[in-house]
This record gives sequence, C-alpha cells and structure tokens, in this order.
Amino acid sequence: MEILVCVKRVPDTSENEIELNAAGNDIERDELVYSINEPDNYAVEEALQIRDRVGGNVTVVTVGSEDDEEVLRRQLAMGANQAFLLYDEAFEGSDGRGIATILKEFVLKGHYDLILTGVQADDGAAQVGGMLAAMLDYPFASLVNSIEVDSSKLRIGREIEGGNREISEIDLPCVLSIQTGINEPRYVGMRGIRQVASVPIATFGTGELNVDEALVGAGAAKVKRVDYFVPVLGKSAEILSGSREANAEKVLELIAAKGGLK
Amino acid sequence: MVGIYSPALLSDWLVPGKSLFLAIHIIGIVLFAYIVARRLVPLYRAQADPRFDQPLARLKNVGKYWFGQWKHPRYPFAGVMHILIFAGFLLLATRAFTLLIVGVSPNFVMPGLSGKTGHLYNVVTDYAATVVFLCMVVAVVRRVVFKPARFGKSHTADAVFLLGLIAVLMLADSFFAASEAAGRARIDESMQLAFLSLPWLLRVGFSSTSLAALWVINVTAYLVHAVTFYFLLCYRPFGIQFHVETSLFSVYFAKLERGTVKPVRWDVPEDHLDQVKSFGVKKFEDFTWKQILDFYSCADCGRCADKCPANAAGRPLAPRFLTIKARDYAFEHYPVFGKANNSNPLVGTIYSEDEIWSCTTCGACEEECPLLVEYIDKIVDLRRGLIDSGTVPQSLQKPLKALESRGNPYGKMEKKRADWTRTAEFQQDCTVKVLDQKTHADVLYFVDSVTSYDNRMQSVARATSRILSKTGTDFGVLGPTEADSGHEVRRFGEEMLFQALRDHNVEAIQNAGVKRIVTSDPHAYNALKHDYRDLPPVEHISQVIAKELKAGSIQLGPREVDGKFYTYHDPCYLGRHNQVYEDPRTVLDAIPGLKRVEMKRSRDRSFCCGGGGLMLFYEPKEEQRMGVLRVRMAADAGANVIVTACPFCMTNIEDAIKVGGLEGQMSVIDLAELVDQCMVVPVREAEHEIAAVGD
Repeated sequence: MEILVCVKRVPDTSENEIELNAAGNDIERDELVYSINEPDNYAVEEALQIRDRVGGNVTVVTVGSEDDEEVLRRQLAMGANQAFLLYDEAFEGSDGRGIATILKEFVLKGHYDLILTGVQADDGAAQVGGMLAAMLDYPFASLVNSIEVDSSKLRIGREIEGGNREISEIDLPCVLSIQTGINEPRYVGMRGIRQVASVPIATFGTGELNVDEALVGAGAAKVKRVDYFVPVLGKSAEILSGSREANAEKVLELIAAKGGLK
Repeated sequence: MVGIYSPALLSDWLVPGKSLFLAIHIIGIVLFAYIVARRLVPLYRAQADPRFDQPLARLKNVGKYWFGQWKHPRYPFAGVMHILIFAGFLLLATRAFTLLIVGVSPNFVMPGLSGKTGHLYNVVTDYAATVVFLCMVVAVVRRVVFKPARFGKSHTADAVFLLGLIAVLMLADSFFAASEAAGRARIDESMQLAFLSLPWLLRVGFSSTSLAALWVINVTAYLVHAVTFYFLLCYRPFGIQFHVETSLFSVYFAKLERGTVKPVRWDVPEDHLDQVKSFGVKKFEDFTWKQILDFYSCADCGRCADKCPANAAGRPLAPRFLTIKARDYAFEHYPVFGKANNSNPLVGTIYSEDEIWSCTTCGACEEECPLLVEYIDKIVDLRRGLIDSGTVPQSLQKPLKALESRGNPYGKMEKKRADWTRTAEFQQDCTVKVLDQKTHADVLYFVDSVTSYDNRMQSVARATSRILSKTGTDFGVLGPTEADSGHEVRRFGEEMLFQALRDHNVEAIQNAGVKRIVTSDPHAYNALKHDYRDLPPVEHISQVIAKELKAGSIQLGPREVDGKFYTYHDPCYLGRHNQVYEDPRTVLDAIPGLKRVEMKRSRDRSFCCGGGGLMLFYEPKEEQRMGVLRVRMAADAGANVIVTACPFCMTNIEDAIKVGGLEGQMSVIDLAELVDQCMVVPVREAEHEIAAVGD
C-alpha cells in the first residue's frame, strides 16, 4: 500500500514558554524549539505499521520552508521511505485551503492509496485533511483511532462522545485524520537522525507542482489571523484551601454535583 | 592407600580393574572436554571485551573474592557454609585426583604427599570430607525444610540433586578409606584415620566385617566415587554448579572500574560509532563473552534479587532471573548435542520491556554478588538495543526529546537555568557568578538539571552556594551553557544523546577555565568523574564540607534538637558507586547535639529510593514505591529526619513520606541544607574581615 502522511512542524508546547510578541499578533518565536505536530507523529507511526503488515511505501510531506526539513528527517529516521518538502515563495501565507490546494497537487503527482493527516495541529484548525479529501473527491474520516486493512477497504474505528467506539468501512483511496493514542510511536534517537542526515529530500515548488498561484499564498488567503491573546483567568475557577481531607471531600462533592459520579 | 590393597588390582570382575577405571577416566575426561568446548561456542561468537589488562589487580581480585570468599559472610549462615564447602573442595581436590589415579596405578603417591606430610594431609582431608558431607546435609535440610525466601521455588530439585551428588562423593570417599583401613588392620598393616571423622566412624562400623566383604565395599566405593566424580564433572555445565569451574575466570576477568558504563562496542572507537549497524544487545550474540561467562557462573544464590530494590517493590525485575533466563537461552540455543539455533530478539521472548526499564542502576545486586557478576552494563546494553529499535516507553520519549532540544528533561528554557540565583533574599547574602569565556572562577559549581529547575531542589543549589561562598571559595556556575550531565541518558541507553550532552558540557567547562568542580548531585558527580574525560578534579559537596570542617573553615552550631533522630540515607551514586560513606556521616556527627541512628540497610547495602534522572519520568509497574519502603526502614530505625545528599533521593523520599502517610512524623533534608542552616560565623570570613580592617 502506498501511504502518504501530511505532517507539520510546530512549536513544541511542552518545551517552550509561549509568549505574545510585542505587536500582539503572533507568539514570540525567538528561542522556540520545534518538533513534529504530535498527532502527525501518530499518523506516521500508523502508516509505518500498516506498511510493515501489508507492504508498500510510506511518503512524508510537508508544506513549509527549509527549517521544516528537520521534521521530515526525523520521520525518515522513524522509517518513512521518502520525504518531500513543498516550498515556494508563492506558498507563503497560505490559509488552510491554500495548504490543501498545494497538497492536492502533490497527491496528483503520485499514486497514493491512503492519505493520513494528524487530527489537528497544535497551532492549527483541523481543516486541511477534510479540504484535501474534498478537493481530491476522496472519502474522508476524521478522529480515527484504529485501522484494519481489508483488501481494497479499511475498517476504521473512532471514539465517539461518551467513550463508545464506532467501526466504519471506508473505500480506498481515502483521507483519514488520525487521533493520538492510536498506537505508541517509536522513539527516534540521535543516532537514527544522523543516519539519515545525508538522505536527499526533494523540494517541490510551483515548477514541479501544477499549483494555480491565484489559489495559494497570502493573497489568496480568505482566513486571516487578526488577533492573538492570552485569555484572562476566568472567575469560575475555585481554589480549595482547606486541609487535604476536607479538600478531597469537597472535590468529591463538586464532581458528584456536576454528575461526574454515577 | 598404597600396597596390595588397591582397586587397580581388581581381577575377579568382567574386566581387570585397571582397564575398567582407565576407561571411566577416558570417557569422563573426553566428555567433559567436549561439553566445555560446546559451552565455549557462544563465547567465541560474542562481542569483544578486552579484559586481559592489569593482571595484578585481577589476581588481587582472585585472592580476595575467589580464594578469600570475601563477599560470602555478608550472608552469615550461607556464607560460612559456602566457605567450609569451598575450603573442603580445595583441600580434597588433590585427594580426589590421587584416588582417581590409584585406580590405574596402584602405587601412585601425589608428589610432595609422602611420609609425614602425606599423613597430615590425610588427616586434614578426612575431616574436610566429613565437614563437606555435613554441610550437604545441612544445605539439603535448609532447602527442603526451611526454604529461605531468596531461593524461590524454581530450582530446588536441581539444587538438592547436586547437593546429594556431592554428599555421595564424600560418602564414597569415606567408605573407600574406611574399608581400606579396616582391611589393612586385618593383615596387620596400620592406616590411621582422623579421630571422629566420617571414615573413622565407618571403620568402627566395619570392625566385624569379613575381609572379603571389605574388599567388595572397597571396590564398590571406589567405583561409585569415580562414576559420581565424572558424572558431576560432566553434569555441572548444565546447571548452577558450573560456577565450580567458571568462577575463577569470572572473578579474574571481573570489571575493575566502578561507576562506569561499558562502551557500545569495546572494539569500535567513539568516532566510528556511526558505522556500527546495530547498537546494544538485541540478540544473544550481542552480549560480550564476559557477559556470557557471567551467565554460566551465576550460582543462582538469589542474593542479588534479595537486595534488589526493584524486586522488593514488586517491579518485574530480579537480577537473578536476568541471568538465569539468559543461561537457559544459551543452553537451549547452543545445545551440547546438536546444532546451534538461530537467535531471536531477547526482549519480547525471554525478557520483557518493563523488566529492562525497571532497573535504577543502583548497584545493590553487583555489590552483593559473591562472583562479581555484572548487571548494570547488561541492562544498559539491553536498553541501547531497545532505544536503537525505537522501543521506548512514551513516558520517556518526551524528556529525551527535551534533553535533545533544550539540554534538560523538562523542556525548560536554557536561559532560565540560573534563575535560582536571582531570588531577592538569596542575592542579599550570596552572589553567584555565571561563568563564560570572560568571567572566570577557581571552582565550578555544576548544578545539573533537577537542581537548576525544580523549585524544591533550587533550595539545595542555594544552600550549596552559600556554603561555598562562606568558605571563601571563588566559584561560579555555567548557567545557560550548562546542559544536563547526561548521567541517566547514558544509563537509559541513549548513548549518542549522552555524548552530545557530554561534549557540550566539556567545552563549556573548559571555556570557564576552572581548577576544580563541585556538585551537589551524586549523579552529576558520577558522570563528571567517570563518564567524562579531561576535566579538572570533581568533588561532591559532602566531601568539600568534610574537608572544610577538618580545616576549621566551617563551624557548625547546635541543631535545635527537640527529640529528633537523624538517619543518613546513602545515595547509590555517592555511596556504592563512589565509596563516599564516611564524609557525610562525619559532617552530621560534627553538628553538636545531633542524634544519629543507622538504618539496617546503609552504606554499601543502602536501599535505592527509586532512582534519579529519567527514572523520575518512567512509570513502572510496581506494587509499591521503593521510596515508601525506604522511609519505613528509616522509621524502623527510630529516625524521624532522613538526611540525604542527592536531589533525586530528596524528591523520591519527600513523595514517599506523603504517599506513605508519614507527613508530620518524618521529614527529609539535604545535607547541604542542614549544614547551611547550622553554619555559624566561619573562621575564614572573620579572618578576612580582620584583614580588611587592617588594610
């Protein structure tokens, strides 16, 4: 099975102290460290496990810049067969639809049976996967947390509200957005990354992809970020200040009052 | 045993005695040689391990641990029994060989053992055989009736069988000597036996036995002795008694340096590691030959598991079974008869992942092992294999990634590493330089990650700084350019990340141009001392305090005592791995009025609190926390304050006090904090002030 995984490099929320910049329209990006968006990492792991079960190849792709190569390399070290960077000045400032448009053109250049994305990016809006499926006219399933390959179909599981599980059948080719917890992603150590340090990563731009420049980039973006702020701590937070035993009782009481205990 | 009375002269059986016994000798020796050769096959296929250096140090080990049985009395009853059996075996070896040869050559006398010496030797060995026989009886009774917990149930039958065989050997030897002596007495030849020894007692029983019967008993005893001897010889390589043959080599080739971790491959230099296809131990042949020799040598005594804190806490790890399972694997895949099988990955078949991650590398098992079997290097090698194949618990992946990108497992900003120096209160009485290429100092205080970033541990950093400051030490910290020491990174098997952290730190330390390094973290201490190269001398703060106390530059005022009893918990990487046991105790005892008690398990038997560094992130499968067990031990010793000298011990013990419900009854404090609280106007500072006035 030929599997494509769309990934994104994001500031690692567990290793950064996110602060607003002076202008208040973005976060302070100096001294940030980045990593692959966590759900994307689960998607790559799932792709690798499917490949190891049924054969085929795993391709990893990202829309970004040179800096994003580190994330692609990490996924190569994980075991992906090849990686592509989609970069062009014309792509800069694309909104979700623009990104989906670029990815669609990349998909059309190859033959992929299955396209995976993470359920959403730490700094994203969970929209690219769905749009990409629509543009390709492929079936789409979101929040997938289990995949079984059944010849030309997949049996996919989703957790639905209340912790119940739902199993669906979906035709290939399709696009799935992958939920964290679907697997346990393998560790990529320093040694693994060094071993793929010299593997070439092809960069595709408008020259290689049949992208209509009118549909991508900042100019075409119809969703624009206009503000960015840290919300003020709400008043509904209640701090308990009694003894440990009293607090424990109070917490029980509160949870029961909200219907959390059956 | 010479003269006409010899089994070699046997002629009334199917074959002449000489031929029969010669055949037994040849079959026995050839079979044994073949079995040993087959047992050596995996050692040849294993990885390199250069253990042929430092013969004097190795012979010293042999003298102390093999011949001297140094570790055995740590378990007094079993230890003394083993020493008796071992001494008996050593003494009886010559007698046994003489006996075997006599069957073929009736007039044989071992050179040097004729006349008076021979007589004395016979008396001594009569007793030796008696003592060994009695030890076997006691050992069997102990195994079968009293069943010490550390043996478990698994290998009782094998153990009893082997003990029985040795008892048979001793009996046969005694029957042989007794029947010969009784026979000779009939023909007026005297042969003395040691008074009240087993042969002596048997001879008393033979006083009315006919000469013909004595002859049959004599020859039968001889035959039983020879057959049992060779059966034991050839059977031992199939079980726990192989150590009789291998222990000498295991001890000779034992690891000589404490606190270190073996390189990924002994025969590959660090800068060529990128070319190594596979890291660590994944399959059996990835072990080194010495590690496999250890598997053969383990006597399955269970002392390692008995003292293992992970085992005590109910984690799925017992060092003993790490060895036993590998030995069973070796026996199955490298059989004595038949072809060697292909090897499978070890983790997932004989070992579980949780088993391999459960070890805190505290070293209690290695401290206990009478045969100096090594465990930490094997655990690290197995972890290297897991890391290399990407099989790492999710709980450890985040901190490892953060160590890679931020130089600390918490993912905190590098620039905030020295923030602990910036509290207003602290800055009033102490300034801490941040060293770089322009700012220098004599001494570097290497803080390491937990003490830099953890709110509670920052108090240890400030106490350490105040102590250094008050003793007039010109010191500083690396601040943002300090990275994690990587001590646990290496011990969790992520060697390349460790090397990156180490190289970063070595460069930063060399740029700072210091003459000495001090740290308050035993893990950092061990890393800088043993894992790093080309650094100025490193000391732990407890050593510095002890030295300054002796020099008189620190004076300690009385501690508010109010009925408190203090106990010192030895951190593994200060105590066992670096042998610093006395300095912290000297410091505590220098505090006037402080009452100190010792826990049963202290010094080299200290019980690990739960492990440091990355171990704080690992979520083990366990029945209870090691820390809780440790806090209870302190309570049992009658202590209500635990003093430690390691930030991780502090974290684990503090948590354990809460989890164990001992809040208010038990507390924990770091040695540096305690000293900081007790310090009175130091002499040296006073001298400085006087000098300043004089100017």
